[in-house]
Amino acid sequence: MTRLVQKHAWVLGLLVLLIALLGITKLIQPSFGATGLESLARAALPFAFATAAMAIVVIVGGIDLSIASMMAVCGVTAAVLMQSMGAVPAIVITLCIGTAMGAINGALIVITKVPDIVVTLAMLFVWEGVALLILSTPGGNVTEAMQGIIGGSILPGLPMALVVMAVAIAAVWMPVRRSKIGLSIYAVGSDELAAFRSGVSVGWTKVAAYALCGVLAAMGGMSLIMLTGIGEPVPGPYLLASVAAVVLGGVVLGGGRGGLLGPIIAVFILRIIRTILTLAAVDPNVTTIVEGVIMVAVVMLGAIVTYRGVRA
Amino acid sequence: MDEVQRESLLDASGIAKSFGAVKALSDASLHVARGEVVALMGANGAGKSTFVKILTGALRPDSGKVLIRGTEARVGSPAQARRSGLVPVYQEPSLIPDLDVADNLRLGDTPVDPCLNWVNDLGVDGLRLDHMIADLPLATLRILDLARALAAEPDVLLLDEMTAALPTDLVENVLRVVRAQADEGRGVIYISHRFTEISELCDSATVLRDGRSVGDLKIEPGVENRVVEMMLGAKIDLGARETGTARTNEGIPRIRARGLAVAPKVTDVSFDLYPGEVLGVVALEGQGQDEVFDVLAGFRKPTGGAFEVDGAPVSFGHPADAIAAGLTFVPGDRAEALLRERSVHENIALPFSARAGSWGPLKTRHERERVGHAIDKLQIDTRAKGEVQRLSGGNQQKVTIGRWLAHGVETLLLFDPTRGIDVRTKRQIYPLVRELADQGAAVLFYTSELEEVPLACDRAVVIFNGRVVDVIDAAEADEETLMRAAYGLTEDKAAS
Repeated sequence: MTRLVQKHAWVLGLLVLLIALLGITKLIQPSFGATGLESLARAALPFAFATAAMAIVVIVGGIDLSIASMMAVCGVTAAVLMQSMGAVPAIVITLCIGTAMGAINGALIVITKVPDIVVTLAMLFVWEGVALLILSTPGGNVTEAMQGIIGGSILPGLPMALVVMAVAIAAVWMPVRRSKIGLSIYAVGSDELAAFRSGVSVGWTKVAAYALCGVLAAMGGMSLIMLTGIGEPVPGPYLLASVAAVVLGGVVLGGGRGGLLGPIIAVFILRIIRTILTLAAVDPNVTTIVEGVIMVAVVMLGAIVTYRGVRA
Repeated sequence: MDEVQRESLLDASGIAKSFGAVKALSDASLHVARGEVVALMGANGAGKSTFVKILTGALRPDSGKVLIRGTEARVGSPAQARRSGLVPVYQEPSLIPDLDVADNLRLGDTPVDPCLNWVNDLGVDGLRLDHMIADLPLATLRILDLARALAAEPDVLLLDEMTAALPTDLVENVLRVVRAQADEGRGVIYISHRFTEISELCDSATVLRDGRSVGDLKIEPGVENRVVEMMLGAKIDLGARETGTARTNEGIPRIRARGLAVAPKVTDVSFDLYPGEVLGVVALEGQGQDEVFDVLAGFRKPTGGAFEVDGAPVSFGHPADAIAAGLTFVPGDRAEALLRERSVHENIALPFSARAGSWGPLKTRHERERVGHAIDKLQIDTRAKGEVQRLSGGNQQKVTIGRWLAHGVETLLLFDPTRGIDVRTKRQIYPLVRELADQGAAVLFYTSELEEVPLACDRAVVIFNGRVVDVIDAAEADEETLMRAAYGLTEDKAAS
C-alpha cells in the first residue's frame, strides 16, 4: 500500500491541490456549482488533449512543437468534412489524418536524425500552412448533435465533457500502456541505448509515440470545434500550455518517467487557478505571472519532497 | 579439447569496418566451437569494441561475414542477433533505469522464473520484481544482465568485461556458471583484462591488434606474456617498479583524516596523506571507499570524525570548497570528468579557465604550450583529432588524469582510474601518477585491481567494512597480502 502511494505520490499530491483549489473557488464564489464545473471542464478540453499528446512524446524522450498546428489542421478538416458527410465518417477520417501527421513527424525525426525540436518546429509552420490551405478563414460546419455531446452533466458534479475526455484518452492510452509498445515507449525515453540493447526497435517506438501524439492532437482539434461550433485555421495557445501541464504533471522532460493522469490533472489545476484569479478580479496580466510562479514552486517542492524521500 | 572436429557455433572472418578515414577493423576474425570459452583480447584502440558491436548487430561490417551455426546471421540489430542465437552482456548494464525488474524482463521477452533462478544461482539474494532498476547497486545489475542472457538459452554468450564491477565472491560465481554453460555445449566469448580470470576460465584466446586478428592461442600456464606480446606487437614485460625503501614522511600531512564516519557504511577511517606520496586505498566493492572519496571531494558531509588539510581542520559543504582547498577528484567514470563533445586540447585547458575569478582573456600561448606538452606526455593516439568521445576509453582516461600534469595539482583523489582499460594504457598511467607525486602532489589512489598497488603507490590503507584495517608499505604489498587484508583476514593481528 505504501509502495503504491509512493509510486503515485505526485498524482495524489496534484489531486489534493486540485480539490483544495476547487474549495477555494467555492469560498470565493458560493454560487460555483455544477454549471461552473461544466464550463471549467469544457474550457479545459482542448488543453487536456494537447497535454496528453505532449506527455506521450515527452515520455518517449522527445517533444512535439507542432501539436497546436496539428490540432488546427484536424479542426478545420473535421469542420469542412462535416459539411458534406455525417459526423462519424468525418471523425474517423480526421483521426486517421492526425495519426498520419504524427507519424510523419516521428518518421522525419527517426530517418533524418535531425533533433526532434528542430523537426517539429519546422512542422509547426508546415501544418499551420496546411490548415490555412484547407480553410483560409474560420468556417465549416459542426453538427448540433456533436456540439451537444460535451454539454451538460451525466451526473450532478460530473460534467459530460470530462467523461468524453476520459473515455477518449483512455481508449487511446490504456491499450498502449498495457502492451509492449507502451513499455517500449518508457524504455526508449529512459535509456535509448539500453532499450536498443534489450531488443527494442527504437525507431518504430518513436514513430508510434508521435503517431499517438497525432491521434490525441486530432481529438484536441475536434474538441475545439465542438466548443466553438466553427473550424479555426489559426493555432490556439496550446503548445506552451501543454508543456507547462506536462511538467507540472510529473512527466520528466527528457523522458522515461510519468504518466498521463498527472498532466491532465495539472491542466485542470492551471485552468482553475485562472478562474480563481478572474473571480478575485486580479489583473489578467498578473494571472500569467501567478501561473508561472506556481509552476516553478510546485515542481521545486516536488523535487524537494522526492529528494527527502530518497534520502530517508 | 582433444576432439579433432567440434561443431562450430560462431565464425566471423574477414571483418572490416571504417569510420570515415579511421579504419577501426581491417581483418578481424573469431571462431567459437561448441563447449569452448574464447577470450577476445586487445589493447585499447585495437578495435575490440567495434568488433563486439558488429558481432552483436549494433553495427554492420563493411565487409566480411558472421556465421552463426554455419548460416549467415543477418545481424542488423541486437534483437536479430539474439534470435540467431548470440546473446551479449555488455560492459555497461543494458537495463532501463526507470522501469522495474519485471518490466525490463518483459521488454526483452525474458522468461521470468529461469532468470530469477540464475540470479540466485549467481549469488544475489533478495531481488524483487518490483525493484526499480535505478535503485539497484551496479553489481546486482551486472548479475541481472547476465541472468537475463542465460535465461535466453543462447548458443553463443558474449561477455564484455562482465566482472569489472563485481566483488570477488560474485566473480567466482560468474566464472563457475559460465564454465558450466560451456561444458553443457554453449560457446562463450569472454572479454576481460584480467589474466587470472582468463587462465581460469578460457580454453583459447584470440588477440586483436590494430584492427586485425593476430593470433589464436591455447590458454596454458605462461600464456600471459605471449598474449601481451601479441597485443603490443613487441615484447614488453608486465611491469615492475623499484619500490626501494619506504618513503619517510615528515612534516604536516596534506590530508589528515581521523575517525571519519559516514552512516551507515563508514564507521572509522583514519589516514595521513603526505605531499609527494601516492597512498593506495584497497577495498573490496562496497566497503565504504565510495563514501570516503565523496566526503573528501565535498560531495557529502561526514556523519562523524574530522579531517584536516595542511594542518587546518576543514568541513566541505560543496565540491567548490574541496577544490578551493586544493583537492581534485577524478572520477572512475570518465564520462563524469570530460566534456565528450569538445577536443582534447579544450579538455586539458579547461581547468585553467574554470578557476573561479578568472574572467579575463585566456592566456592562449602559455596555455597552448602546456597543453601541447601534456599531450606529448600522455602519448594520446591522435588519429582521431577531434572530439574526446572519438578517443578510445583508455585514452580518455589518460586525458582525465594527465590534464592535471599540465596544471600542477596539490592533491589528487583518483577513484579507480584504470577500470576497464588495457594493460598498455595502464602501464602508461602509473608513471603519470608517479610523476604527479614527484612534482609534489599528494595522491590518494583507489584501485579495484590489487596488482596495481605496488606499481603506483608508496603505501596503501586497507578499508574493510567501513574501517581502516591495515596500512601496508608498497614493498610488502604483493597481491596475496593485499587480498588477505582486503578480506579483513589480518584484522585480528592488527587488533592484538
